[in-house]
Amino acid sequence: MLYSKKVMEQFQKTEHYGQIENADGIGKVGNTRCGDVMWIYLKVDDGVITDAKYETFGCVAAIATSSMAIGMIKGKRIEEALEVTNKAVAEALDGLPPEKMHCSMLAEEGIRAAIEDYQSRHV
Amino acid sequence: MNVSNYFDYNATTPVDPRVLERMLPFFTERFFNPSSFYRQAGEVLADMEGARAELAKLIGATPDEILFCGSGTESDNLAILGSARHKGSGHIITSAIEHPAVLNTCKQLQKEGFGLTILPIDSHGFVSPEDLKKALRPDTILVSIMWANNEIGSIQPIAELAKITREHGALFHTDAVQAVGKLPVDVEAIGIDLLSFSAHKIYGPKGLGLLYKRRGLRLKALVFGGGHEKGLRSGTENVAAIVGAGEAARLLSAEMADDAMRLRQWRDHLQEQILAVIPQVLINGDQEPRLANTLNISIRHIEGESMLAMLEQFGLALSSGSACSSKSLDPSHVLLALGRAHEDAHGSLRISMGRFTNETDIKQLLTHLPPVAARLRQISPFWRNQQPQG
Repeated sequence: MLYSKKVMEQFQKTEHYGQIENADGIGKVGNTRCGDVMWIYLKVDDGVITDAKYETFGCVAAIATSSMAIGMIKGKRIEEALEVTNKAVAEALDGLPPEKMHCSMLAEEGIRAAIEDYQSRHV
Repeated sequence: MNVSNYFDYNATTPVDPRVLERMLPFFTERFFNPSSFYRQAGEVLADMEGARAELAKLIGATPDEILFCGSGTESDNLAILGSARHKGSGHIITSAIEHPAVLNTCKQLQKEGFGLTILPIDSHGFVSPEDLKKALRPDTILVSIMWANNEIGSIQPIAELAKITREHGALFHTDAVQAVGKLPVDVEAIGIDLLSFSAHKIYGPKGLGLLYKRRGLRLKALVFGGGHEKGLRSGTENVAAIVGAGEAARLLSAEMADDAMRLRQWRDHLQEQILAVIPQVLINGDQEPRLANTLNISIRHIEGESMLAMLEQFGLALSSGSACSSKSLDPSHVLLALGRAHEDAHGSLRISMGRFTNETDIKQLLTHLPPVAARLRQISPFWRNQQPQG
């Protein structure tokens, strides 16, 4: 198997996937052409991400980075969540195979898109 | 032999223990170079030629029409490059669902100035003889169409395609890597000029390709050296592999029909059960004639590599046409040619069975596949959003 133990753990983890009813922000990124689509849901209270979930169509790396990214932003302030980079997500997973690095980009983009959606609704 | 939960026989087969037993002496006490002078070498040469005869018999050829080389890919290369370069110029026809060993070789010839037409397939995976007729040009020198497809198992109307090609005066090559050993192949009856196959798909070892070249047909060599294989493929022969492949061919002549019958029943059972238990499954290559051992499905709204990884947790070994299971970012060119959407091509699963597949394997797969599909659908944004309740 070309994935790290941490990637497989996050891939198997059930805690972070699903949807949030009446989410305060939703980010939809990726496309089916290259095979990865990620939706990020946020619940925000007083600038703090109180809950976050993902729904992902994609490979092991895409699902694992989704799960890891959710774990990294839950309970964080919006400003802190915006500082979560794709590099940080990949490092937290003990690395990704080079051809899978684009999956970690998706996680960063997904978080940003969800936060932008939240901010556009709450100005 | 215990190869449990293995469903990737189209990728490679285990070496049959009877084949291995036949091979082993050629690594040790019978290591001799068949080109050498002394008695022991002569005996090795005789065994090698015996293997050539068995391999020829398996496909209805004569022994002098069988060439040994390093892989199925090399066999395709030698057939296509060798015949085209011998002609010097002209037009080549192939199909959209060929193995990269054929497609990329034809594209190489295009770069060298040859004309190239790539025929489409219909939504069931078949090349149309009418399309071939229309694509033929006065300068067409070679047509290369695979006998059976490695991903979806569709079997092409080879007899008709070969007849059309030969009546036109062009050469007909077929990549029969997935056909030989799975169905009866008779080059003489059908009228084929060049046919490629491989030892490791027929329970022989890796590292041996075979090329049938009709007697009298001229090719340009790709490898130069001591003039082995009538100057067409220099290099000391991979004797152990050749003897093993000969034994594999001998076993197939006796066992192929029974194997195919058993596998067809399991394949049909798998298809029926999967369609009954998992909603929204597409069959890729859904019509006969198709390989008895192969079932290719798209489980809609989920991705193939994730399925492979989850099934792997239960020890189940399969393959997928998703981009993530390959080096490229595009999913299977075969499934796209079939007209599948990218999403469905990414969500494909290939189940290919063989000689050592047993009923326990089938049960294991049917036990684990439905919950894996359900779990990944829970994660997928597409599954929930296409449900009527929204």
